[in-house]
Amino acid sequence: MELTKRQQDILDGKEGDVKAKVMKTLIMYGETFGSTRMADITGEYGHLVTSFGLSVMKPVYDLMDTLIEGGAISSQKFSVDPRPLEDVVPRNFIQNIFFKVMYSKQKDYDAQLKKLGILSDDAYTCTCYMDEVGNCPKKGDILSWAESSAVVYANSILGARCNRNSGILDLFGSIVGCVPYFGLLTDEGRKADWLIEVRTSRKPEAQLLGSAIGMKVMEDVPYIVGMDRYFTSLDDEAKAYFKDFGAATASNGAVGLYHVESLTPEAVEEGRALLKEGYKTFVIDDEVLKATEMNYPIIWKDKNAHPKLAFIGCPHLSYAQLVSWTNRIGDALKSKGMKNVSIDTVMTAAPAVLKEFKKSEEYGRLTGYGVKLSYICPLMYMNNPMCGSMPVVTCSNKLRTYTSARYFREEKLLDIITGGAL
Amino acid sequence: MSERIFKGRVVVKGSVSAEALVSKGGFNTLASYQHSLMFGDKKGKCSDQNNADLYKREMAGKALCLPQTIGSTTGGLVLYCASCMGRQPACLLFSKEIDSLAAAGAVLSAVWTDNPMPTIDGLGDDFLSYVQTGDKITVMEDGSVKVER
Repeated sequence: MELTKRQQDILDGKEGDVKAKVMKTLIMYGETFGSTRMADITGEYGHLVTSFGLSVMKPVYDLMDTLIEGGAISSQKFSVDPRPLEDVVPRNFIQNIFFKVMYSKQKDYDAQLKKLGILSDDAYTCTCYMDEVGNCPKKGDILSWAESSAVVYANSILGARCNRNSGILDLFGSIVGCVPYFGLLTDEGRKADWLIEVRTSRKPEAQLLGSAIGMKVMEDVPYIVGMDRYFTSLDDEAKAYFKDFGAATASNGAVGLYHVESLTPEAVEEGRALLKEGYKTFVIDDEVLKATEMNYPIIWKDKNAHPKLAFIGCPHLSYAQLVSWTNRIGDALKSKGMKNVSIDTVMTAAPAVLKEFKKSEEYGRLTGYGVKLSYICPLMYMNNPMCGSMPVVTCSNKLRTYTSARYFREEKLLDIITGGAL
Repeated sequence: MSERIFKGRVVVKGSVSAEALVSKGGFNTLASYQHSLMFGDKKGKCSDQNNADLYKREMAGKALCLPQTIGSTTGGLVLYCASCMGRQPACLLFSKEIDSLAAAGAVLSAVWTDNPMPTIDGLGDDFLSYVQTGDKITVMEDGSVKVER
């Protein structure tokens, strides 16, 4: 690996032994992928995936202490994934005891994040790129981010450049201010391996389409055609759709970048020239989506149990999605002659988005229907075995992948939370 | 008794012998290790409901044979924690080129822990077609992998 003088100095220990070890790790990681140089980070802020003070993740917190004590502090401010807990989210006495034990390191970890360089007390969300949050990179920015759904969004929708970095390495890059140059940082690495033709009879559910594509292409780059029937520009609705779509491609597969013909920045500029020679083709129609959904395992103890809780917002919802859900729930309740949702329903969004939403007329309506709003990560809630054993429903394919929550399309989930049967 | 030797690229050097545990599909590191890390299961029982090859099987000390890892970008961190806790696989054997998350886990374990996992990638599709869970695996420092049954 060819290093600049500054990078070599860090490796040689001129900024301390801990930073030298951080640089050594990044170099070894980069060389695994044939990287011959380090690229300076040009994005203003970082984003970390590790936001939880789980008592059993002691090795991570020990490592953070080592970094802090060794003066290896982030050279840029960063946002971080959502916090695991908030009182507004339903939990019983036993669940609460488990939470207190599980996340007993949360305060300590929050303090570590402050020392390392977190943006603010509100900078906990998986959707840091929302306007209200303010960590929104520019096209071409080099990033050292983790959080699979944020990385795929930054690459695909914003045109920034970031590899699917792991937790810890995201912070390492921010500490030394550079990342190994390979993969999705390069022009060649951003070319598409797959042409995905979407031929469904109606606009596909974002997280179902993302799941089908992720499972097919794994970590390859797909170039998707056929979505221009449903979207003409990257407006708020399209951005929210592809946020959810991307999260599913990244969790059900390992997609770090996708292109959508006529919509995403690089596809608008380069079109099908983005397709690699010898690319593969996959057609997605209604049958493929149906088969994908049918293959999801249901791991509830009682498959016919009545749901106790619904989560909407993994990844976190946008402002526009909160407004849309308010209207849809209102219409559904009205048509059924109901006033409130029939099961506990929690919608999650970034603290800054919730702050704005609370100023809107829809906020009073949505909470009036009995819906609870929170900034937590539903996945971390479900990690509690006393919660994971409950019948929980969701329209998040990411939440389905990592927990026992059962997936339903949005329309069906809306019916369930307004009194419908499974 | 039969044996075959496959040759791959060394990502993390080391030699080890262990029983094979084979995932024919992508290995979701977070989903697989989530429960064992959280609830003190020292044998590292796989909790990924979507992986029929591994679900509920013990991963600690096994020669994990896989195409690549998939899923959350906590993947490398999870492997690092597993190594710190002594619940890591004995080695990681990839049929394809290693992915960025698994590479992070392998490198973090090698640089920052006392439990490095010898890691070989590029062993080929033939390796993953041949190897079966329960086979005896011997990894050598030059990237050779002997499979015996």
